[in-house]
Formats: sequence, structure tokens, C-alpha cells
Amino acid sequence: MITADGVSFSYGSRRALAEVSLQAVGGQVLGLVGPNGSGKTTLLRTLYHALRPQTGAVLLDGVDLGRRKTRDVAREISVVVQESPGDLPLLVSDMVLLGRTPHRSAFAANRERDHAIAAEALERVGALHLTDHPFEGLSGGERQRVLIARALAQEASHLLLDEPTNHLDVRYQHEVLDLVRDLAINAGHTVVVVLHDLNLAATYCDRVVLLEGGRIAASGAADEVLVPETLAPVYEVNVRRILLDDGFQLVFSPRGPARASSPSDPSALERTQA
Amino acid sequence: MVMTVRRAADPLGRLRRSRRNTILVTVLLTLLSVTVLATTALGPVSVDPGTVARILAGKLFAVGDPTWDATAEGIVWAGRFPRVLLAVAVGAGLAVCGMALQAMVRNMLADPYLLGINSGASTGAALSILFGFGLGFGEYALTGSAFLGALAASLLVFFVARAAGTVTSVRLLLAGVAVGYALSALTSFLIFMSGSAEGSRSVMFWLLGSLALASWGVPLLIVVVVVILTIGVLTAWGTRLDALAIGDETAHILGVSATRFRTQLLLLVSLCVGVVVAASGSIGFVGLVIPHLARRLAGAAHAWSLPAAALMGGIFLAWADLLARTALQPRELPIGIITALVGAPFLLYLIRSLYRTT
Repeated sequence: MITADGVSFSYGSRRALAEVSLQAVGGQVLGLVGPNGSGKTTLLRTLYHALRPQTGAVLLDGVDLGRRKTRDVAREISVVVQESPGDLPLLVSDMVLLGRTPHRSAFAANRERDHAIAAEALERVGALHLTDHPFEGLSGGERQRVLIARALAQEASHLLLDEPTNHLDVRYQHEVLDLVRDLAINAGHTVVVVLHDLNLAATYCDRVVLLEGGRIAASGAADEVLVPETLAPVYEVNVRRILLDDGFQLVFSPRGPARASSPSDPSALERTQA
Repeated sequence: MVMTVRRAADPLGRLRRSRRNTILVTVLLTLLSVTVLATTALGPVSVDPGTVARILAGKLFAVGDPTWDATAEGIVWAGRFPRVLLAVAVGAGLAVCGMALQAMVRNMLADPYLLGINSGASTGAALSILFGFGLGFGEYALTGSAFLGALAASLLVFFVARAAGTVTSVRLLLAGVAVGYALSALTSFLIFMSGSAEGSRSVMFWLLGSLALASWGVPLLIVVVVVILTIGVLTAWGTRLDALAIGDETAHILGVSATRFRTQLLLLVSLCVGVVVAASGSIGFVGLVIPHLARRLAGAAHAWSLPAAALMGGIFLAWADLLARTALQPRELPIGIITALVGAPFLLYLIRSLYRTT
């Protein structure tokens, strides 16, 4: 369980987060959504102390992160962010094995068990065949899967992801989020994921926190937060919610003169003109 | 069926790669032994390699009967071997420090002199040669004051780079360059002020690097011990270096505090480069070229590329020094000229052929 308690953070004089509190619990996927610059990524980064909250605190299972060693935290929280080795031609297997770093003392070499865990993680994201390739040469989607494999190899019970569906085509967007959801539901992991795509958030998140200007605009169950009345003023677009057999789909259109649109089944439509 | 069994036993191909790298290191170790024998045997007066081997075995491990003549022993044991040993240690030290710095500042153009350490050592050496600074060190006046200069420079770089509690790669790079320029200018000013042509020549010679000062004594011992220690620690830190080379965020995620680790690396590398430069002057290019070559042979992961770089650096510098002392005999050529003449075209070739994967 990760708890943010009144977390504020400023870059210089620009306030990025103001008194944000949230709780991410095991067995659930918590989605962080909001427009560009609303503080989603900043909030995520405070949750694993890449940024230290200037006021407030982040608690991991009730203990302040500031009182724990970086390495101990890394055994319990794994993170997927985009960062590449640049000129250093590391192989995919090197990258994934790095996930074992927090489990080894500074001077120990990789053991067979670490190799097995790393291989299993690669298998799980369907990237075992890439093991001998240089990471830099991979496509965006392949990189994303390898980074997720590295997080899996870390064997932490908390998983944080910053826009894991970036660069992925539709199929892999769903595969990746399926995998992430599976970790929450079946392994009881605590998952926090920053998503741009509100429909993906609607499909894969149990709870959603909507940020606006560094503050929480709304939070709660996904189908309660992701409603036109809440979303339209925050994103400044027109939002319609179309009910489907197994959920709903959000449809967006620019503000201004209302577009003529004639849904085939008006009863399946909730419409808001904000 | 056989395929699946092999895949299951070694799904990441790590065993295969570690076997390959074990072979590579064994080959390099053999080459290093051959290099030590050959470069000790060769010179103005050549000594038969068999005799060299017997003398070294006798002296180092007290093996065999001392059946060789005293002249050969003088040449081999008192004259050439300490110099070859210094060459190997300096080459290995510069190669691993260059590699560590490239990971640390995330820049493949980094070399051990990036932090201005050699400029500090040069200033110390110039003070000693031109103005008799460090006479308190007795026969080690030059080495001692060069080391003090190196130490002062690295401390300065470190405190400038460590603003606001963090050490970032960009700040480290800029601080190193700035301190380097300032101290080089100071060295030039010292040469200008001394008005001694003889002294300027000595400083110039020192700046280009030389292993001619090698002899059995405390400095050689210190260089060998510090270099071995540095190779060992850096190799053990291999995976953390991989993480740091990817980025500070990645290092943090994997439980490695980037600032703390970079500070530890900085202290270790500064010590090693300081000791090496004090003993040999600024020998360029070894610390830049060898890491690239080592990565190409052993892969990018530091756990393997670091020991490979150490061995290759040692081998390379021993041969370069042989050239330095024999090419224009009886005159001695500054070794820095040779490493740059060999290193630069080689680097140009590497740039064209390396990292073409993307």
C-alpha cells in the first residue's frame, strides 16, 4: 500500500503539486489522469521518491519513504519509466538482469536464480527472443516491454508505470495493461499507472485520480470519476459517454459550436455541453 | 529436443556469453604475460626471453637456481622490469578509470583527464621542476608534488560539482573542463615566469608522459596497489555502473542513489588517476580508446568490459613504452606522442565501425 499524505512539490517557484493525498492499495489498479502539466508524472515520481515531497509525506505500508534506504525501497517498488542507455550498447538481457540489482549486495555477481527470474520476466512480456539484441536497436513497443520485464524481474509488490502505453500499437496497449491488471488482481500487487488515454483508464483501472493544476479534481471508482460532467471542465472539450455491453467508451470533440451528430441510439448516450 | 534443453538451461544466453568472456580474459592474460616477457627482453641490449623468465621467476617467486649473469640481472630486474610493471599498471588504471568516467558522465568521449586531474598534476610537477616545490619529499619530490596537484584539482572539481547536495553528470563535466583550463593556464604561466629553457623542456617532457622515472620504490608499489584495488572495486560495481550509465532515474529505481554512487566513484577514480598521473605524466588516449575496444570485444556490461579494458590497457601501454624507449635510441620519445599517434587513427576507425547497430 502506498499512501500520499498532503504531498506538495514545486519546481523553483512553479507549483506542480498542492496538498495531494491518495491511497493505492494492493489488488487494485489506480490510474492517474489529467491534462498535460496537471502533475501526473510529478505525483508518480514522488511516490517512489525520485522527487522528495517538500511538504507532506509518502508512506509505503505505513512507513515514511524518507526513512527507508533507496535499495530497500527498490525491493518493494518497481517503476517503468522511459530512459535509454544512449551510446552504451547494452543488450536486452543486460537490461532485464539490472532488475535484480536491489536483491544483490554491492559486490555479488548474478546467480543462476537471477537469470531464471529475468528469463521468466522476458517470457511473460513476450520478448524472450530479443534477449541477444542491443536495447537501443529495439522498436518503441519492444523497449517498453523490456522495461516492464525489468520491473517484473525486480519482484516488487508495488508497480508504478509512467505512460506504459506510449509508442505501443493498439494490440500491445491492451496486452501491456492486461498484464499489469493481472499482477494486481491475481498477484495482489499495488499498481499505479499514469495514463493519457481515458478509455484505457476506464477499461483497466479500478480507481482513478483526476488531477488539474497540481490538485485533485476528482477521485474514486473509475466509472464515477470518468463522467462527462467531471471531465469536460478539466479537459475543456465536449465529452460524451457511450454505454457498451461491457462498460463504456468516452468520445471527445472540440468545444465551440456543437457539431451535428446523430447517434443511432439516443438512449445509449449521456451528453454534456459544458 | 536438444535445442529446448539448452534453451531452458541458458535462456538468456548468459552462460554462453560468460564462457566466451572467460576465454577472452584468458587469452588477454596470456598476451599480457607474453608482453611482459617480450618488452622486458627487448631494448638496446636484448636479453634472451628464457633468461628473463628465469630471472623474474627467481626474483618474484624464489623459483629455480640463479644461474644467470649479473649484467642480465641488472638490466632485467633493476632496469626494465619495474618500468614494464609501471607501464602495465598505468595502462590498466587509465583504461578502467576512462571506462568508469564514461559511464559516470554518460558520455563516450570522456577520458580520465576529464576531471582536470592531469592539469592539477602538471601544475604540481611544474612547481617542483621549476621552483623546487616539494623538496620535503626527497627523491620523490616530482611525484609527490604532482600527486598533491592532482589531489587539489580533484577536490576543487568535486566541491564545485557537488552544489546543492547532488552531483550531476553535466555539472561534473563542466567543472572538470573549467578547472582543467585554469590549471593548464597556471602551468603555462609558471613556465613563462621561470625563464629557464632547461626547466621548460623538462616540464614539456613531463606533460607528454614518460615512464622513465620507474624504479623499485614506494611510488611504484603505491601505483600497483591502487590500480589493482581500483580494478577490483570497479568490476564488482559493474551492474551499478550499468544502471548509472542508463540514467539517474534508472539508478534510483534500481536502488542505487545516483549522487552517492557518483561520489564514491569520483573519489576512487580521482585517487587512481592522481596516483597514475603523478608517476607517469599525462599519457593521453589510453583511457579513451581502450574502453571502446574492450566494449566491442567483451560487450557493454561493465562486469566483463572492465577487466577486459584493464588487461588491454596494460598490454597496449607496455608495447607503446617499448617503442618510446627504442624507436629513436638513445633518445627517449615521450610515450604520450606514441599513444596519441596510434590512438587517434584507431579511434577514427572505431567511430566509423562502432555502434552501427541503430
